[in-house]
Amino acid sequence: MSETGDHPAPADTAPAAAPRPRLFALLLKDRVACLAALVLLAMSTAAVVGPFLLGDLATRQNLHSVDLPPFTLDNGWAFVLGSDSLGRSVAARLVVAARTTFAVAVPAVLVSFVVGSAWGMWAGYHRGWRESVSMRIADVVLSFPSLLLAVVVLYVFSPSIATLVLVLAIARVPVYLRTARAESAELRSRLFVDAARTFGASSGSIIRRHVAPTVMPTLITVATLDFCFVMLTESSLSFLGIGIQPPDLSWGLMVAQGRQELQTAWWIAVFPGLAIVMTTISATTLASWARLATDPAQRWRLTVPRGRVRRTARKAEEVAE
Amino acid sequence: MLVFLRRRILSSALPLLAVVLGVFFLARLTGDPANLYLPLSATPEMRAEFAARNGFDQPVAVQFLDYLSQIVRLDFGESLRTAQPAAQAVLQAFPATLQLAGATMAIAIAAAVVVGSLAAYRPNSVADRFASLLSSASASVPDFWFAIMGVLVFAVTLNWLPTSGTDGMGAWVLPIATLLIRPFGVLVQVVRGSMVSALSAPYAKVARSKGAGERRVIFVHALRNAAAPALTVAGDLTVGLVNGAVVVETIFGWPGIGKLMIDSILQRDFAVLQAAVLLTAVTIFALNILIDACYALLDARVRQGVTT
Repeated sequence: MSETGDHPAPADTAPAAAPRPRLFALLLKDRVACLAALVLLAMSTAAVVGPFLLGDLATRQNLHSVDLPPFTLDNGWAFVLGSDSLGRSVAARLVVAARTTFAVAVPAVLVSFVVGSAWGMWAGYHRGWRESVSMRIADVVLSFPSLLLAVVVLYVFSPSIATLVLVLAIARVPVYLRTARAESAELRSRLFVDAARTFGASSGSIIRRHVAPTVMPTLITVATLDFCFVMLTESSLSFLGIGIQPPDLSWGLMVAQGRQELQTAWWIAVFPGLAIVMTTISATTLASWARLATDPAQRWRLTVPRGRVRRTARKAEEVAE
Repeated sequence: MLVFLRRRILSSALPLLAVVLGVFFLARLTGDPANLYLPLSATPEMRAEFAARNGFDQPVAVQFLDYLSQIVRLDFGESLRTAQPAAQAVLQAFPATLQLAGATMAIAIAAAVVVGSLAAYRPNSVADRFASLLSSASASVPDFWFAIMGVLVFAVTLNWLPTSGTDGMGAWVLPIATLLIRPFGVLVQVVRGSMVSALSAPYAKVARSKGAGERRVIFVHALRNAAAPALTVAGDLTVGLVNGAVVVETIFGWPGIGKLMIDSILQRDFAVLQAAVLLTAVTIFALNILIDACYALLDARVRQGVTT
C-alpha cells in the first residue's frame, strides 16, 4: 500500500491489524500489483532520500554539458537521462522533483481523507439536516471546476507547498464526504449498529468503533485513486506557472521548462511526464488490487490462478442465468 | 415535468450563487491592482484617485451590492487591462471555447457509445481491450503532457500539424485529441457497464425472441436504458472539461475563455475574471438543467419523482 493509505487505517481500527500479514502475502502472489507497489516504493524512497544524495547535482550548472542527449553513459551515470539547457542532470532533477510532488500530494490526500471521511460518516450517521447541508456544500465545491478554484485561491495566497496542499485538500474533501456519507447512511440501519445503540453507545463511539472500520476499505481505495488525481492537478498547476515556483522543482514544472526547448532537447519534457504516468498507473493498479483484497467477497479471486478465475466467474454467470 | 424542472433549477441555483459570491470576494483578496497598473513611483494621491475611479475605495459590501445590481443590468464593468467592456471581452472568447468543447463532447459521446456498446456486446474482444486500455490511460496521463507529446510528434518532428493557433482544420486536431481522452475514457466505461446489464435484461431477451436484429436490440432497446447513467456522467465531465480547456487553450494559444481567465488572474483583471467565471458557471448550470431534462424524458420514474 502506498503511504497515502497506510497511516489512517491502524489508528482507529483494531481489526485492521490482524489481516495485515495475510494482505502482504496476497500482494506477493499478484505479480502486477507487486510491481506497482515496488514502483511506488522506489518513487517514495527517491522522494525521501534522493534530495540528500542528489540535491547538489540537480542544481549544479555546467555550461560544458548543455543539452546532452539521454541513454548514453559517455558523460557519466549522472547524465544517463540527458541534461537541460543549463547543463544540469535531468535524472537528478527528476529525483529532487519527486520530493516536491509527494510533499504536496501525500499531505493533501491525508487531510482531505481525514476531514472528508469524518465529516461524511458524521453526516451519514445522523441523516436529517446535517446530511442535506453537508451534501449541498459538497455539490457547490464539486460543481466549480477545481482548476479554477485552485487558480483563484493560489492568487490570494502566493503559491507555496502549504497553500497548494490546502487548495487540493479543499477541492477533494467532497469526494470522501460523498462516499463516506453514502456508506454510513446505509450502515446505520444495520443490525450491529442497532445493537450498539441499544447497549447505549454514544453516536460518536458508534461511528468510531463500528462505522469507521467497515467504511475504511472503500475509503482507502478512493484515497489511492485520488492520489493520482491530486498529483495530476498539482502538476497541471505547476505547469501553468501557478503551482510550485522555481527554484523549487516539480514534475509539472519540469515539463513546462522542457516545453521551451521541445525542438532541441525533447527529453527534458518527456521524462518528467513519464515519471507522472508511471506513478499514477502504479497507484491505480494498486488501488484496484486493494479493492479486491479488502473485500471479503472478492478476495478469492487473488488466491487462485488467473485462468481459474475466469472459468469460475463464467460458471457463476451461467448459474445466475 | 415542470415541477421536476423547477425543483432542479432551484437546487442548482445555490451553487451558482455561491460561485458568484466566492469569486467576488476571492478576487478582491488577490492583491491591490493599483500595484500592477500604476508605476512604482505613484503618489498616494494617484493611488487614491485610481481606487476611487474603479470603486475600490468603497467598503467591500458596498462594492458587492454595486456589483450585484450591475449584473442584473448585465453590466460587468470594464477590463482594467484594455478598458474594453468585460462582457464584450468574455463574449468574444466564449465561442472559441464552446466550439472546442462542443466538438469534443460530440465526438466523445459518439465514440463512447459505439466502442462501449461493442465492448459490452463482446466482452474481452478487441473493442473491449481497446476501451479499457484507453480509459486507464485517460486517468493516468496528464493532459498537458499529452498535448506536448502531440506537439513534439506531429508538429515538431513530422510537421503535419501546426503547433498552435486556430487556422485551418489541422489546428483543431491536437486540442480536440487532448481534451477528448478524459471524457472518452470515463464515458466508455459507463456505457460499457450499463450496456452489459441492459443487454442481459428481460426486455432485451423479449426483443430478441420477437426476432429483432442484434443491431436493433443494441442501439434501440438497450441503449435507451443505458443512456441515462452516461448522461449523468456527461454532466460531471463538462465541469472537468473547463479544467482541460484552461490547459489546452494555454498550450495551443486558443483564444478561448480558459486562456482569458488565466490571463485576467495573472493581470488582476477583476471585472473580466468575474464575468468569465460567471458565464462559465451559468453555462454549466444551464447544461445540467438540460441534462436533467433529457434524463427525465428518458426515464419516467425520474419524471414523476419516484425514488428507487
